[in-house]
Amino acid sequence: MNFIPNTKAIFKRELKAYFESPVAYVFLVVFLMLTAFLTFAVGRFYESGQADLRGFFLWHPWVYMILVPAAAMRLWAEERRSGTIELLLTLPVTLSETILGKFLAAWAFLTLALILTFPVLLTTLYLGSPDIGVALAGYFGSFLLAGMYLSVGLLTSAMTRNQVISFVISVVICLFLLLAGWPPVTDLLIRATQDHASLNWLVTGVASLSFMPHYESIQRGVIALRDLAYYASVIFFMLFATHLVLENRKAA
Amino acid sequence: MLEVKELHKQFGSIHAVNGVSFKVEQGEVLGFLGPNGAGKSTTMRMITGFLPPTSGTVVVNGHDVIAAPIAAKNQIGYLPENAPVYSDMTVVNFLRFIAEIRGFSGAARLRCADAAIEKAHLEKVRNQSISTLSKGYRQRTCFAQAILHDPPILIMDEPTDGLDPNQKHVVRTMIREMAPRKVIIISTHILEEVEAICSRAIIIANGRIVANGTPAELKTRTDSRGTLEEVFRTLTLGDEPLRKVN
Repeated sequence: MNFIPNTKAIFKRELKAYFESPVAYVFLVVFLMLTAFLTFAVGRFYESGQADLRGFFLWHPWVYMILVPAAAMRLWAEERRSGTIELLLTLPVTLSETILGKFLAAWAFLTLALILTFPVLLTTLYLGSPDIGVALAGYFGSFLLAGMYLSVGLLTSAMTRNQVISFVISVVICLFLLLAGWPPVTDLLIRATQDHASLNWLVTGVASLSFMPHYESIQRGVIALRDLAYYASVIFFMLFATHLVLENRKAA
Repeated sequence: MLEVKELHKQFGSIHAVNGVSFKVEQGEVLGFLGPNGAGKSTTMRMITGFLPPTSGTVVVNGHDVIAAPIAAKNQIGYLPENAPVYSDMTVVNFLRFIAEIRGFSGAARLRCADAAIEKAHLEKVRNQSISTLSKGYRQRTCFAQAILHDPPILIMDEPTDGLDPNQKHVVRTMIREMAPRKVIIISTHILEEVEAICSRAIIIANGRIVANGTPAELKTRTDSRGTLEEVFRTLTLGDEPLRKVN
């Protein structure tokens, strides 16, 4: 009944909370400096002689892996530590509304950080004529990836009152999702199982958990339904798991 | 009216609340007494819908806390133990957030937050960040949150804990002023407070109700020697069997 207004109220409070503490500013500055440094200095953007954003989006899975868990760890762990979870969950809101409100607020914040990288896009536009469609698809893929990492961070944050634990577990899960489909890792798995043909399903199973193929395919400018379905299902699964965790361990 | 029916709560092998039942009518201020760990906070958390009971239920003005949690929560104002508040927010923004969640929008939302600030005497710290407030002001901010929607049922877990005598006096006065129009439950282990504001007291020990009556009735018990403190001690320390006043 009151789903939308309640979610909106939680969303607004949560988004404001980023800016009412130094978290937002530290995050934004570090994110922008890190992506710029990796793109221009490490990635040799100018030397590559190509006016496109591939060398920019290449780094996002790695940068997000550290920064998104940091932006998410506060969401539930802080409510537990300070006891405000008791206040929040005795207000006339449902658990789904609070989870969704928090998730969307954090995602909006990450999207703001992403939008603030626009000077990189302007640089490529100034230097050449990149394919705008591909660039926008790249931004969209990065946006989806941020949301997926965030849903992992939201879950680990709901599991503990300790933000450091939430951060570490979240980084490990994100690293797994990144590496599971990374050629060096899949090659290793293939070599390890090459004598056991019956284990092939394991390799493909592990590899298919990774977001890398989906991320890369969107980076090429192809937005396919199966890539969208991958992100949507991971996010849905993580939010659902968050719901279960909170339902069962409210007071812990 | 608030009715608690056969509440049980088990945490693993610990039976924290063991068959608690009682009724509170409008106009009553019920004092919830008991030593630390007796199950006071757990009972309150089940009444307010924060913790699901292992068995039993609570009916709040006709709304079952388990079957219709949102309708029940609308009836209740709750001041949790240690008065948790979002410390990064300012007092007024915090109360406006609560008002929004409580279903007020537009001008009504602002008016509601202002009225709560006035009732809880928070004008001086209105635009201050909650993290900079003293314990007394934080407590009152959380109190303002609880009474913001003028709930028919008010539940407060140790509302005067950690306050100085003046602040305690302010809180007690506020409770007394609101009492005729509401059902109020406060938990405390300050016995003078019970005599000062409660019309009835329940003593709880090891998850069970061991006494239920007006402060005056409790004092006339044969084992009381005329003070509430003595009643409290005999009931919660000894191996006293379950016994009800009157």
